[in-house]
Amino acid sequence: MTAPLPRNVLQAAEAIPAGSRAARLAGIILAGLVLVGLTVGLLDWTGTDYAYLAAYTVLQFVVLATAWNILGGYAGYVNFGTAAFFAIGCYTTVVIYKTIQLPLLLAIPIGGLMAGIVGFGTGYLTLRLRGVFFSIATLALAVLLQTLVVNWTFVGGARGVYVLRPEALSIFGSYTRFLFIVMLALAIGSVLIARMVANSWLGRGLAAIRDDETAAECCGVPGLRLKLIATTLSGALMGMAGAPFPYFITYVDPGTAFSLSVAVNSIAMPLIGGTGHWIGPVLGALLLGSVQQVITVTVSSALNLMIVGILLVVFVAVAPNGIVGAWKRLSERGSWIHRLLRRRA
Amino acid sequence: MDTPIVAATGITKRFGGFTALNEVDLSLQPRERLALIGPNGSGKSTFVNCLSGVLACDAGSTLFEGRDISRMAPWQRARLGMARSFQIPRPFRGMTIRENIEVPLMFALHHTDRARVRSLAEAALAQVGLLERSNSSPRGLSQVELRKLELARALVTKPKVLIADESMAGLSEPEVDEILEVLFRLNEGGISIILIEHIMRAVMRFAERVVVLVSGAKIADGAPGEVMSHPEVVKAYLGE
Repeated sequence: MTAPLPRNVLQAAEAIPAGSRAARLAGIILAGLVLVGLTVGLLDWTGTDYAYLAAYTVLQFVVLATAWNILGGYAGYVNFGTAAFFAIGCYTTVVIYKTIQLPLLLAIPIGGLMAGIVGFGTGYLTLRLRGVFFSIATLALAVLLQTLVVNWTFVGGARGVYVLRPEALSIFGSYTRFLFIVMLALAIGSVLIARMVANSWLGRGLAAIRDDETAAECCGVPGLRLKLIATTLSGALMGMAGAPFPYFITYVDPGTAFSLSVAVNSIAMPLIGGTGHWIGPVLGALLLGSVQQVITVTVSSALNLMIVGILLVVFVAVAPNGIVGAWKRLSERGSWIHRLLRRRA
Repeated sequence: MDTPIVAATGITKRFGGFTALNEVDLSLQPRERLALIGPNGSGKSTFVNCLSGVLACDAGSTLFEGRDISRMAPWQRARLGMARSFQIPRPFRGMTIRENIEVPLMFALHHTDRARVRSLAEAALAQVGLLERSNSSPRGLSQVELRKLELARALVTKPKVLIADESMAGLSEPEVDEILEVLFRLNEGGISIILIEHIMRAVMRFAERVVVLVSGAKIADGAPGEVMSHPEVVKAYLGE
């Protein structure tokens, strides 16, 4: 008889003594590096820059979905305005490009800061109201900002703006390869942050808010404060995901920066992956993002959002708690997959 | 007489044109067992919500150990030592039972040591007899177990005041006695308790003092026997 698998990461972490926890961490880091090496190798092997463009897009959605999940998944506050935060990062880079011309690696934290500030402001004004009012406000934020940008000729207005890529450093090969590595670092960083939040007091507090905000407050959970931290963090990560975008696409217009696909994907991906756990949005983004890339190349680029719709319907019907939820359900039932995995372990 | 641990004066709450509470005064002494009774719709739960900060009242002030807490959020009141349970149990359904109890330990008491939080939570679960269930989800709990979980979550922080909002509604007689047992034990440990209850047997057994609310106004305040024979109270409960 084997011991039942731990129900969640927190308990798993408690159950493992410190020495083997360090070993486990080293194992995770090593596995991560091998995975990164394999991915880069595979992309190099294709011999085209396009593979990096596609991988960049998938990773960008890993960041966006993970960022969305910090507020939407952990605390249950649905943000319809991902595109607004993404576009703030995007246009921060455009403004920097047209004025002081800082390198991209400095534009990213500044874009994150700007989006974080807007996240804090929006949260401060709307998070006193609970539930759906916040969602409506985020939707309004996206419309408001888009109107602003359309009428701001300095950043190109409705016409859009061209951004010229600088020379790539020789160690990165092409500039596309450089952008891919930047986005990979952002993805790893945001997933680590999301994991840390999930396992911390902040994550527990947000989970309490999601389950029952009034009861949480009566247990001493400072609701508004935690929600503001989550909104700021989530917004900042979205902004950082948007900051390299002008260099990626080289021509930015409001329609692309505030694209519906950004907002829809960053909600659909965590839902498909599973919102309660940090790995959910990662799985959702990798799955949905890759499928979209493949379909774009093989079938039609217009099918993208339809794929999202179909997958969402399938998941709502078959696995309402996403991939993570379905996995948990299977493991609790002691299915054959799980028995097989246990035997191997 | 000691200084009261809770002193609420002139608490008024209106919902639109309806006055749910009309200048209600209530004081609670340290270690006192107080019952708050009244017919359905008399404003008991509204009063509890005003005391715990869930609702902002329109007028009146609340002192806690002499300190004005009228404008404090629920979480600030919880951190001072005012705990409450809910009439309809409100567990955190996405967490295990032990994790439920850990929330107030981490947030109201600022405990950061995981092992200590865990052992304190388990001690509280043992106190209400839910220890064996600590790793399961609250979804599988029965009514009486859910009420015990509510109480455990309120008492784990060792509050100074516990407000138990209808902790026994819908329970059988032996189950009522079980909950009363828990409340008596807490009170012996030094916690002042406000019990909101419909079950008169429990009220008469538990309370040292009874306050009666009718249509949002306090009509009686005194020893249980005295209050129950008060003509206004009899009228409110039995009609003329």
